[in-house]
Amino acid sequence: MTAYIVRRVIAAIFLLIAVTMITFGIFFLVPRLAGETSTQLAAQYVGRDPSPEALAAVEKNLGFDQPIYQQWWEFAHGIVAGRTFRYGPDASVCHVPCFGYSFKSHLPVWPEIVSRLPVTISLAAGAAVIWVVTGVAIGVLSALKRGSVFDRLSMGLALAGVSLPIFFTALLSLALFSYKWPIFPNLQYVPLTQDPLLWAKNLVLPWVTLAFLYSALYARLTRAGMLETMSEDYIRTARAKGLPERQVVVRHGLRAALTPIITIFGLDLGLLLGGAVLTETAFSLPGVGQYAVEAITDNDLPQILAVTTLAAFFIVAANLVVDVLYVAVDPRVRYK
Amino acid sequence: MRTIRSSKTAVLAAAAAAVVLAATSCSSSGGGTSSSSSSSYNAGITGVVNPSTHAGGTVAYQLSSTPDSMDPGNTYYAFMWDFSRLYARALTTFTPAPGTGGLKLVPDLATGLGTPSDGGKTWTYHIRTGLKFSDGTPITTADVKYAIERSNYAPDVLSNGPTYFHQYLVDNSTPYPGPYKDKTGGLDSIQTPDTHTIVFHLKQPFADFDYLVSNPQTAPVPAAKDTGASYVNNIVSSGSYMFSSYTDGKGATLVKNPNWSAGSDPLRKQYPDKITIDFNIAQTTVDQNLIAGNTTLDMAGAGMAAATQATALSNPSQKSHIDDAQSGALAYVAISTNVAPFNNIHCRQAVEYAIDKTSVQTATGGDVHGDIASTVLPPTVNGYTQYPDQYPTPGNAGADSTQGLNSAKQQLSMCGMPNGFTTNLSARSDRPNEIAMAQAIQASLKKVGINVDIQQYPSGKYFTDNAGAPAFVHSHDLGLMMMAWAADWPTGYGFLEQILDGATIKASGNSNLSELNDPNINQMLSSAIQNTDESARLQAWGTIDKAAMQQAAIVPLLYRKDLLYRPAAATNIYVTEAYGMYDYLNVGSTK
Repeated sequence: MTAYIVRRVIAAIFLLIAVTMITFGIFFLVPRLAGETSTQLAAQYVGRDPSPEALAAVEKNLGFDQPIYQQWWEFAHGIVAGRTFRYGPDASVCHVPCFGYSFKSHLPVWPEIVSRLPVTISLAAGAAVIWVVTGVAIGVLSALKRGSVFDRLSMGLALAGVSLPIFFTALLSLALFSYKWPIFPNLQYVPLTQDPLLWAKNLVLPWVTLAFLYSALYARLTRAGMLETMSEDYIRTARAKGLPERQVVVRHGLRAALTPIITIFGLDLGLLLGGAVLTETAFSLPGVGQYAVEAITDNDLPQILAVTTLAAFFIVAANLVVDVLYVAVDPRVRYK
Repeated sequence: MRTIRSSKTAVLAAAAAAVVLAATSCSSSGGGTSSSSSSSYNAGITGVVNPSTHAGGTVAYQLSSTPDSMDPGNTYYAFMWDFSRLYARALTTFTPAPGTGGLKLVPDLATGLGTPSDGGKTWTYHIRTGLKFSDGTPITTADVKYAIERSNYAPDVLSNGPTYFHQYLVDNSTPYPGPYKDKTGGLDSIQTPDTHTIVFHLKQPFADFDYLVSNPQTAPVPAAKDTGASYVNNIVSSGSYMFSSYTDGKGATLVKNPNWSAGSDPLRKQYPDKITIDFNIAQTTVDQNLIAGNTTLDMAGAGMAAATQATALSNPSQKSHIDDAQSGALAYVAISTNVAPFNNIHCRQAVEYAIDKTSVQTATGGDVHGDIASTVLPPTVNGYTQYPDQYPTPGNAGADSTQGLNSAKQQLSMCGMPNGFTTNLSARSDRPNEIAMAQAIQASLKKVGINVDIQQYPSGKYFTDNAGAPAFVHSHDLGLMMMAWAADWPTGYGFLEQILDGATIKASGNSNLSELNDPNINQMLSSAIQNTDESARLQAWGTIDKAAMQQAAIVPLLYRKDLLYRPAAATNIYVTEAYGMYDYLNVGSTK
């Protein structure tokens, strides 16, 4: 088991290195192939009508005059060993993990990401609880009452949830419950430590909107899994043994049907922790996803790199946790 | 074309506003005696809405994006130049008044406007006595000098703002590397003979210098507290409010500056207890919060989201809270003088006659988004002169009218292209309004046989790589380019120089998209800016404007307007023409 985890962690590190390399490549090589010079690249980070001296200074300070592999090496080195920058009267040390300084604001990127993580975690975790509970419960009930009105209604709703884009449901929920009937007026993120009640109240709409999409997906997945499992021989055996139906469903049926759900849950949660871009943008939540949008709009490489690396890290970590969890959920799985 | 407000009316409006402001300033700031004026559509353009001396409450700003920086020495956004005056006092600023009154410069940190000498090459200012920073230390002219040095001579650290001082001030014999690299020296051409006097030595006479020093870059910065790029986290205030918190990318809170004194500042008041700003709030949410009264102002001052505009304008009570303000920007088509066949003036003039400006206006959503333009200078710029349209067509319909069609065809014949030709029109792919205008232009020009292919480029690289890179323009046959332009300071020179002067053409980041390099226009610009006689200067801008139109290098389309919303709780609200948005200096709130 330990050897397995070590192997996975080493593989994850290589994956993260590859992610940063690819991001670097897309940022620098693609425009260069289209004929962009490093001075033109630098011009994006200077105000309107820059002087040649200003362009040269910015080009040098951002390191655009160096070969791309060297720029990447300095970036990677900074993550594990820190870097020193000069954006003022004194040189400042960018501590580990140093994702560099924003090209636009020249402020360090990592503290900014860290300050935004609680927002994204609040959003993702709250929504996850809702969608897992409702999605699995609806899926199980639908499977058990296959063909009933409840089954048809819930699956119809699930289809709507999967089909409707989140920017639509988000705007609709805002229009109805924040603007027209101001049940949740003036939504703004309030830290949990500051006011737990307001934190929860202001996150209800984003949670429900995000969970609507995912619970629909999970309901359909659970239903399909349960239908398959409940027709297995061992379920018939369990019933024949005289086990109560509740125990048959939960202990034998649901547990087996949960394995694929856990896999996909790990991926979904990992992806969301890297930034729920659409939800955070629609609800103006200052999380990592909003930061990602800002980074891309500003073409700010250090910010883009930090977000992509973080998102990749969460996905890799979530996958690892899921794989380890398999052992607990499914006794047939053993790692060597 | 919509009638432009006569100067007489504007003067009356300004005078009325001045009376209101004077009256409010005489009242006790804590008295809460507010007299509310009626709120009606466009009331904030000609007068002060809800004038009040009510003290207390919170003025809440929201913004759909983030500022380039809140550091007064590192910003190029108009709304930041407007807002920063709350915590950064420049040597001069614009009169807090609606209408054209807002275009008039007044001393702020200084005791008076600059005294030019040496034919306009030397400018001297004296600052008020008793001024203090928010940390209690006295403000001296050395702090003003330092602020200009850091903002103009250290582009590797503070790269966002303009560098006009670097451009116009005499440099040291060895080029000055800025205060971060040269910690002991300074720029010799800014002298501070005593703590209250500052003298600027320019390379050449520059009559708009009073406008240049209205930039927040002249707001004092104490060298001991400057931490370069991270100074934005701990800005030391010289204005009526100071930062109590700032979080990059999220927002800020300002509170009253206890070291500011009303006696040293005839322009500012301290009405709200607190001013808050939230960044990255979706534009529709900002709009809805304004309508619901949850926020006081949209900081960007660039208008509501398209979705909100339609519903707000159709609701009479909401409409009464809207001002359709001139933004000071001109939307136009730049015609390249170096891309064939537009190197022939008659082909350019054919385009001037053929474009149906009414259909362009309709494509952007109608007259609420802009008045049809026939001059380069918008009406809200000092020096604007209304002269007869050089390429008139009935109803501004261009080739959609018989007269426009015939005039355009006649010019095409004189150009040797009687059957028309094919060319390209560039537009920014992420600006739907610009694309819509380009499509309307494409349809107009087709009527005279000019087939236009629209080429779209992202706005982030439009000036560095595409329309603003002449080599690219030539190799990609960009005969026509969509463009929008606003002045860095509201005078003819501030508006015209970068887009008409041949000397400003550069290989990348070019704003003179037409590559107009007319010796006569270059000369007129150069001699006008050296003329310290203001009335002669104002007249010259109109003459240059007309000369540029005769060269047919620019097709003015619209004087842009933005729909701004002012909630009922907002007090002392009016549009300042200096920034083309609400004046943020003395906004209060009844909440």
